[in-house]
Amino acid sequence: MQFNRDELLGAYRRMKVIREFEERLHEEIKTGEIAGFTHLYAGQEAVAVGICDQLTVEDMIVSTHRGHGHCIAKGCDVKGMMKEIFGRAGGLCKGRGGSMHIADLDVGMLGANGIVGGGAPQAVGAAIAARIDGKGRVGIAFSGDGACNQGTTFEAMNLAVVTKVPAIFVFENNHYSEHTGDAYAVGTNKDIASRAEGFGMKAWRANGCDFFETYTAFAELLEYVRAGNGPAAIELDTERYYGHFEGDPQRYRGKGEIDRIRAERDCLKAFRAKVVGAALLTDDDLDKVDAEVIAQIEEAVAEARADELPDPATVADDVYVEYY
Amino acid sequence: MAIMNIREAIVSTLHAEMERDSDIILLGEDVVGGNGTAGGPEAIGGIWGTSPGLWEKFGPERVIDTPISESAIIGAAAGAALAGKRPVAELMFADFVGVSLDQIWNQMAKFRYMFGGKTKCPAVVRLVYGAGMSTAAQHSQSVYAMLTAMPGLKVVLPTTPADAKGLLTEALRGDDPVMYFEHKTLYGVKGEVPEGDYRQRFGEARVVREGGDVTVIACGRMVSFSEKAADKLAADGIGMDLLDLRTTSPLDEDAILESVEQTGRLVVVDETPPRCSLAADICAMVAQRAFSSLKAPPQMVTAPHSPIPFARNLERAWVPSPQKVEEAVRRVLAFR
Ligand SMILES: Cc1ncc(C[n+]2csc(CCOP(=O)(O)OP(=O)(O)O)c2C)c(N)n1
Ligand SMILES: [Mg+2]
Repeated sequence: MQFNRDELLGAYRRMKVIREFEERLHEEIKTGEIAGFTHLYAGQEAVAVGICDQLTVEDMIVSTHRGHGHCIAKGCDVKGMMKEIFGRAGGLCKGRGGSMHIADLDVGMLGANGIVGGGAPQAVGAAIAARIDGKGRVGIAFSGDGACNQGTTFEAMNLAVVTKVPAIFVFENNHYSEHTGDAYAVGTNKDIASRAEGFGMKAWRANGCDFFETYTAFAELLEYVRAGNGPAAIELDTERYYGHFEGDPQRYRGKGEIDRIRAERDCLKAFRAKVVGAALLTDDDLDKVDAEVIAQIEEAVAEARADELPDPATVADDVYVEYY
Repeated sequence: MAIMNIREAIVSTLHAEMERDSDIILLGEDVVGGNGTAGGPEAIGGIWGTSPGLWEKFGPERVIDTPISESAIIGAAAGAALAGKRPVAELMFADFVGVSLDQIWNQMAKFRYMFGGKTKCPAVVRLVYGAGMSTAAQHSQSVYAMLTAMPGLKVVLPTTPADAKGLLTEALRGDDPVMYFEHKTLYGVKGEVPEGDYRQRFGEARVVREGGDVTVIACGRMVSFSEKAADKLAADGIGMDLLDLRTTSPLDEDAILESVEQTGRLVVVDETPPRCSLAADICAMVAQRAFSSLKAPPQMVTAPHSPIPFARNLERAWVPSPQKVEEAVRRVLAFR
């Protein structure tokens, strides 16, 4: 794969925005100002960006409870997201949805989902629509190693195969569903891609902590699906840096595990090492991006904090479409 | 009597009952916790902390961590019950009843009737429900009304540690499928719990207050909200009969009617939208059976007809408040 300078800087920036967004939330949540459950995506950035960088705004994704990374990579407004998570009126969903329910149909982000396994069938529906529309769009479901055990995911895979629609199943295996390990809960010897193969789909496997490996594998997959070959799947081996949700004591982690994955499986570090090593970008180029992103997130937090609370009188608005 | 909170009452009852009856099994997501990880199992004992120590004591055949597969969890509980066991299945959030509804609605609720009374399905489903923690539209719902509407299921909602023990014990000793609702904001509620064998019959409402001027019916978190309203009203000399339903199926119709016949004024408080709600059901029952006793139209204090919002201030606006209960009581008393 060949990347020009702008593509490389853009990919790095998007991954850094996700990382900084999440690391900042990790701090902000400690203040008690942010309500509800927040599931951080830090560690998995190369998956969201490696995939969404190849999509157009017309392609449609459905996400999970751990959706901030997918949202940012697909082009959701970062300030609008921050306001949503802070429960503010200016949030992308007016403070009604919160971290687990961010959506922006205008950028092809059909919604994060609080129901594990809730999304995969919807991606098949999006793919059915896409095929009828005939513009070469695809429907993509992001699912975790936990969601791959849900009946809805199985049904969605089979439906996609029998209808031969352009649906893509992205399995982000971060090795945990809440406190339970994939070694216990995924019966197919920890191998999720083989399930997709079992349903009759072509499946890819890649290192989800490496942007270039993820990108390259997904490029092949996307070409295959866009060419009208029906659905396909990819399993990405990745890591979650924080607890399942903020506040999780993570007693299920092995000793030193977080230090190890931060040291050895950091997609931002790996990206930097590769592009600087190949003299495509310099450390200064990337440091400059880092500084800009930190300022961007700082501003998003300040604006979120300053934004108004939603008006309680609107609590039962938006339940139905208004007709008259 | 021991002092403990609702969480501790549930944990100790599960321990005691599993000790007593080797047919009782427990299954659910992370009810052990840590399986397949370097940290190892028994790390948490459920994300709500309602099953610690059970896996260690009763082993992996009786305490089963499941993958995220609610249909299979509830379906397996239904099958194990038909096969002679007494399963306790946990839904980490009651909202996930949506994922597993067929196994509850078309399966366990109907076995006994469909099979001509020949079978029993002694399964207990524990559902963690309720708003109040900003867990938004898919993790906050009080789905007891729709399960109450389903013939074949029993529905219980403890609000005190004593009832948590008494109702869970009753559920585990009975032979019908029981939906055992645990409000996520009530786990820390403390109180006295009787020692030893302690059962609370289903269909017996708890008299929380006797005041004589107005009847307030509530369940779950709405009981304590109604008590707050009662305190305010008492300062103005208004006395509230407050009933905690304890179980919505069976429903203690007699206790409701008896109180309304004396007060003539009814307020029902319900943590759900109003349409086809428990509140609507009770108002209809009273209108039909105690019409001549009524001195004012019954009032329902419910959430609005909308999903549950995320933002703290929106969620507070959605959940019925003590103030709304107080206002409703004043309305029924002012009616001429
Ligand atoms: C239907 C349903 N069951 C259970 C849950 C509770 N829950 C939320 S996230 C989660 C684990 C999901 O694991 P995975 O799919 O691997 O995603 P990850 O958290 O690792 O991103 C569970 C059990 C839920 N939200 N929905
Ligand atoms: Mg996972």
